[in-house]
Amino acid sequence: MTRPDIRILPWPFDPEAEARALRSACSAAGAIVTFIGQARDEGDPSLQLILESCPGLTEKEIEGFAENAFRRWPLEALVIRHRIGAMAPGEPIVFVGAASAHRRAAFESVDFIMDYLKSAAPFWKRECRAQGDRWIEPRVEDHQDLKRWQALP
Amino acid sequence: MGRTVRLQFYGRLRDAAGAPMRESIVPDVVRTAEDLIAWIARDDAMLGEALVMPSVKIAAGDAIIPRDADIRQAAEIAFLPPFSGG
Repeated sequence: MTRPDIRILPWPFDPEAEARALRSACSAAGAIVTFIGQARDEGDPSLQLILESCPGLTEKEIEGFAENAFRRWPLEALVIRHRIGAMAPGEPIVFVGAASAHRRAAFESVDFIMDYLKSAAPFWKRECRAQGDRWIEPRVEDHQDLKRWQALP
Repeated sequence: MGRTVRLQFYGRLRDAAGAPMRESIVPDVVRTAEDLIAWIARDDAMLGEALVMPSVKIAAGDAIIPRDADIRQAAEIAFLPPFSGG
């Protein structure tokens, strides 16, 4: 079985370069789906997003559900990049790319991984503004999104 | 008698604990994660209240464990508030 390629990065990364690397590594795949999540630019220049992980546990938990994706879909490759540390508006936070023979597996596996990253991977997110800080809790929708996959066999 | 356990607090629990980490001498009577929370709550009711929430997960080393798991061999226990990534 091909292994998922997972990195938690304390520095900025280039999601377009990740997408190009995935495509050139998977020239035999008919379908590649990539997702980029970025820190929203709400027009507040003082806004910073700070993400923290639990070193060791976070990697292990992500590996667990990435391997689950390989069991559920016939994937040729699965790439996950996730930032930690302080991010300015517009900076990429997350990249997920999947390559498969056909599009459905690629679309669904990226959707699956994103739902897990949002509310089942040990990350914590804090918004820092000139007026003060606040922790961002997962939304009800995030938990509902995750349940879609758990209801399936 | 007791054992030294490194307690780690992530996310908003770090604010509740006042520090990301504390080393505690945990008495032998503390067998499970649940016991540990009750023991912490005796000295710090506010923190105990935050930790007792079922949405808080507990990790020993690099594995998430149930609250009734035996933690007598664990040198490190982490308290994890609800996850929010992506």
